[in-house]
Amino acid sequence: MKSNILFGRIALGVYFLIFFGYLIGPLVVMGLTAFNSAAFPSITPWQCFTYEWFGELFKDERILNGIKNSFIVGFGTVILSVSIGLAASLVLTQVWAKWRSTYYTIIIAPILIPGVVIGISTLVFWRKVSDSLGGVAFMNNGLFLTILGQSTFIASYCMLVFVARLQRFDPGLTEAALDLGASHTQAFRKILLPFMRPAIASAAVLAFLASFENYNTTTFTFGSYPTLTIELSQMVRYGINPSISALAVIIVAITVFGALALEVYRRRTKLKAGEIKPAKGLPSWLYGNIATILLVLMSFTVIGMLSTAQSYSPQQCKADFREARDLETRLKIEALQAARAAALAEAAANGEATEDAGTDAPAEQGGSSGAFGGVFAPTNLEDAAGQGDGASGGAAAPASPFGNVFDPTNLEDASGTSGN
Amino acid sequence: MSSGVDVNLENIWIKFGDFVAVREANVNIKGGDFFSFLGPSGCGKTTILRAVSGFLNPSEGRVLIGGKDMAGLGPNKRPTALIFQNLALFPLMKIWENITFSMEVAGASAVERRKRADELLDMIALPGQGDKFPSELSGGQKQRVAIARALCAEPDVLLLDEPLSALDLKLRQHMRTELREIQQRVGITFIYITHDQGEALTMSDSVAVMRAGVIDQIGDGHAVYDTPATPFVASFVGENNVFRGKVSAINGDEATITSNRSGELLSKITPTAVGKMKVGDDAMMFVRPEMLQMGEGDAKSTISAKVLNEEFEGNTYSIYLEGEGGKQIKMAMPNLGNDPHKAKGDMVSFNYNANNAVVMPAGDLASE
Repeated sequence: MKSNILFGRIALGVYFLIFFGYLIGPLVVMGLTAFNSAAFPSITPWQCFTYEWFGELFKDERILNGIKNSFIVGFGTVILSVSIGLAASLVLTQVWAKWRSTYYTIIIAPILIPGVVIGISTLVFWRKVSDSLGGVAFMNNGLFLTILGQSTFIASYCMLVFVARLQRFDPGLTEAALDLGASHTQAFRKILLPFMRPAIASAAVLAFLASFENYNTTTFTFGSYPTLTIELSQMVRYGINPSISALAVIIVAITVFGALALEVYRRRTKLKAGEIKPAKGLPSWLYGNIATILLVLMSFTVIGMLSTAQSYSPQQCKADFREARDLETRLKIEALQAARAAALAEAAANGEATEDAGTDAPAEQGGSSGAFGGVFAPTNLEDAAGQGDGASGGAAAPASPFGNVFDPTNLEDASGTSGN
Repeated sequence: MSSGVDVNLENIWIKFGDFVAVREANVNIKGGDFFSFLGPSGCGKTTILRAVSGFLNPSEGRVLIGGKDMAGLGPNKRPTALIFQNLALFPLMKIWENITFSMEVAGASAVERRKRADELLDMIALPGQGDKFPSELSGGQKQRVAIARALCAEPDVLLLDEPLSALDLKLRQHMRTELREIQQRVGITFIYITHDQGEALTMSDSVAVMRAGVIDQIGDGHAVYDTPATPFVASFVGENNVFRGKVSAINGDEATITSNRSGELLSKITPTAVGKMKVGDDAMMFVRPEMLQMGEGDAKSTISAKVLNEEFEGNTYSIYLEGEGGKQIKMAMPNLGNDPHKAKGDMVSFNYNANNAVVMPAGDLASE
């Protein structure tokens, strides 16, 4: 029995390990790539610890513009979908008892419809409306369409949040307010709205996050206002660098900060209400809870990183790395040369044999190398390695023999032109 | 404080689809009275209250408050204030904000409101509690806050929907007295809804007893208790022993019935049935447990039975008896210090005064 329990525990532990690895692993890897100086997001080979991608990120006009658009769309969506969701939930819980389930199905349908469909239909519908009115400019505006398109289904999410809260509302309170002389508007504003405030806050956060991360609807509606997700997807198409990871690190950090802060706040409230007791032996401002400790640790980490970023320079490390790589390349080349020399010698030996047997061929003229158009000339390799210094990795070393196809500057040109 | 105004319900019918919740209610409530609607749950008493306060419109008939027809006026336009069964204090507002909500919606300044709140808090004996939230108060305190909140609106009529039902017994009894005192102090009309006949009898000037949407009887506590108009009222208000039978003789306002199991019984006819009963009719005779006494009396008001059980309740003894044919009878005797103890199984005779028993045409009893 005991061994069974032990086995069960180990199995559970392994399961948790795998599960959390699966959940968090990609985030950790991506976070690490933001600090690796390699030009493509990777952690192996680890080159140098660097903050440069953060600088790179804030220099990137397109990402900054994408973030700006995402925020505009986000706020627009929050306002629109929270108000629509609130109205819809009020109708659902307070009016039309007979049609409730039908109404619920209709209002919930946008969640079930694929985002792509919503995107296309938003685009088509408003184009038609605009055309039928003789071309109304704002109806074809990317921000307008994106906000409307996203709100179509995000409003349904908000409504679900509100309905859950409204079910706990005592309609007697509204009646009491009316009975005491309040108008319907006053009863709504002074009684129902304050009651709904927490739900409004969470619905707003939910709506903003859903809007911020939305891609499939936005991709049809963004027009000339690409949001962050759109920009990122385009960057992936045209070549990617670790500044994306840097952005991910920032977003993850903000999220974790927010979650921890909320947890701290909740624990404090609970503590005040006397539901939990403070742990012993810890300063009172910590309130002895793990969330506070984590929050403090994280704040220190971020502050530390920010301050070291001012003085830290990976240039030395980068130079060292380059040197090491050059050395490695040179060694490789030498090994290759040695191998080639050996092969050459062998070939020469064979040649000599035939020469001995045959006519007066000019054996010493260029060796066998001439036959391959100088591709294997050792000097070639040296040149290639020299050019490869500026490129991303050692793989570029034997580039030039293939007619400069893999020259890194090619790529830069390509992305440069297509970007413009 | 405004003085009480009359409330008149004229031929009120309230229907929900096919269901008739209130049938032909005619009630005249005198200004300044404490008036109760008494009935079991589901009898339509709350529906009537909602019609008075304006939360629903009667299908037929008129509600007059102070002689004015209230048709088309919403609850916020009527001179009534309702105290809800669950009190419905606003949980997110402090006590003083709760109390002065009616002033807030009328646009009064915070200073004015605070002053009024303090006055009312003094009145309900909760001075200095204005900055608490409702969740920090006890049941009885909340109760009083709800009353203060309603009174702050200076209504002509205060409507109370079973406001004491959530309180424990001691507090309920205390609040009864307090409510009655407040009512006499402010002098406005109170309309009180309850299923507890004790509350109705102690506090009210008048009581309307309702059954399944119909008002069976309106009268003061004595009338309802001593001379119930229907078997329902007789059995719902207080405890009663019922004897079924047929009328065998009528003499003015007295009748004799031949009961099914207890022989000939004499009693007076309840006032509303005088002249409406004739010999041979099915009838029910009611006599209260406390109206029974041990010993032989007049032949037509003496019953013999076997003692089943005796319960001591402090101020009274309840004696459960079994008469002829298994007829259950309850008798209540005051505890006067002389133990009237009877052994189980003893045969006893007891009697009543015919003036203290009422007979009426047979009908439905209140289901226990």
